[in-house]
Amino acid sequence: MTYFGDVAALARKDILLELRSRDTLPAMLLFVVSTLVVFHFALPSDSSDLAAGGLLWVAIVFTALLGLTRAFAAEREQRLLDGLVLAPCDRSAIWLAKGASVMAFLLLAEAVALPAFALFFAPVDATLVAAVLLADIGIAAVGTLLAAMAAASRARELLLPLLFLPLAIPVIVGGVGATVAEEPARYLGFLALYDLLFAILSWASFEYVVTE
Amino acid sequence: MWLRNNRGVALASTAALLLLGGISLAFFWVPDDVDQGFSQRIFYIHVPVALTAYACFGWGAWKALRLLWTREVRYDLESYTAVHMGVIFGILTLVTGSIWARISWGVWWSWGERQLVLFLVLFLFYSAYFMLRYSTEPGPRRERMSAVYALFGVVLIPVSFLAIRLAEGFIHPTVFTRDGPQMAGSMFFVFCVCLAGTLTLAGALYANELLGKRVDASLRELEEALA
Repeated sequence: MTYFGDVAALARKDILLELRSRDTLPAMLLFVVSTLVVFHFALPSDSSDLAAGGLLWVAIVFTALLGLTRAFAAEREQRLLDGLVLAPCDRSAIWLAKGASVMAFLLLAEAVALPAFALFFAPVDATLVAAVLLADIGIAAVGTLLAAMAAASRARELLLPLLFLPLAIPVIVGGVGATVAEEPARYLGFLALYDLLFAILSWASFEYVVTE
Repeated sequence: MWLRNNRGVALASTAALLLLGGISLAFFWVPDDVDQGFSQRIFYIHVPVALTAYACFGWGAWKALRLLWTREVRYDLESYTAVHMGVIFGILTLVTGSIWARISWGVWWSWGERQLVLFLVLFLFYSAYFMLRYSTEPGPRRERMSAVYALFGVVLIPVSFLAIRLAEGFIHPTVFTRDGPQMAGSMFFVFCVCLAGTLTLAGALYANELLGKRVDASLRELEEALA
């Protein structure tokens, strides 16, 4: 099989598993809407739409975190990762496939979150959608690698946010900048730069994280 | 021969000499800064300590890269010790920077000070490095995971710096710079002495810590062999 054939097969497995078990996605959808409702009560009534725009990014990052903590749950519980590592495919294909499925879940969660945000708080424009898409790539790339690390530790779910949040700060900066700034272009560019750098780094280093 | 066996002692005494010399020069020889007066002298500690922290993180990442490259176990301990030193100097940077902010602007913390914010992000990042290490079973996988995380750190430093600069665009519309007039020759000289001092101090601490950890590891092996 080719590299992308492997990736497609692995990603299909993740999505099929999710379609059958419905473990993660409903939780993410419910979580992101609940967060937005909580934010409504957290914001003072006279605060601006800009503050709501910032909080949308908090909601996105934490929803992604929720999905990422579950990303390797099935592999860990069924000891599947050993089998995957032994399979005759490039290890980075595992990362790419997992990243793609994480991204798919995140996109579905945002397909609910953005209309809800527009309904509750402020209109959503094309720039915001572009920023969200760019941010998703970075979040999925870095998050998948860190989730694999956290899955190998004793602390597991506890560890992932600690590893992930410092690395997510630049994503927040780019995203909030693109949402609130007058000239969003450079923030979008920054997000793209982040995606490129960390995707390459994660792609190259995933093998070291999963092999014994 | 003496030098080879007592490298730690030699490094430590050099560091002590350089730091004592640098601090005395900073206190008694260098002229006052035009804008900030006497308090500007904390610059001779704060900035060298910050640069030393970067050097430690860089050194740790270099050792991490060597580990992934060669798979030699000794690089794991070296990388870990370097990151450890980096965090210590990073905390010192936060403390001295906070004192400086208090004296200059009357507040203990300013989100407008890029270096300080960057060190806070790095502090959080590298604290998670320790969490990762302590919650994973020792072995080749832990070594490689720590190495990958340490490598992420050196990529995160410039990316975060850029992010913090960009964030000022919407968090702080007015950017204030502290860069006053060009540094005078005498100031630069004292700064270099202090920088050499903190770098040597980091080297001495690194050598000492590494030696201690290696002795610990050998002792444990010996105990296991005897048991």
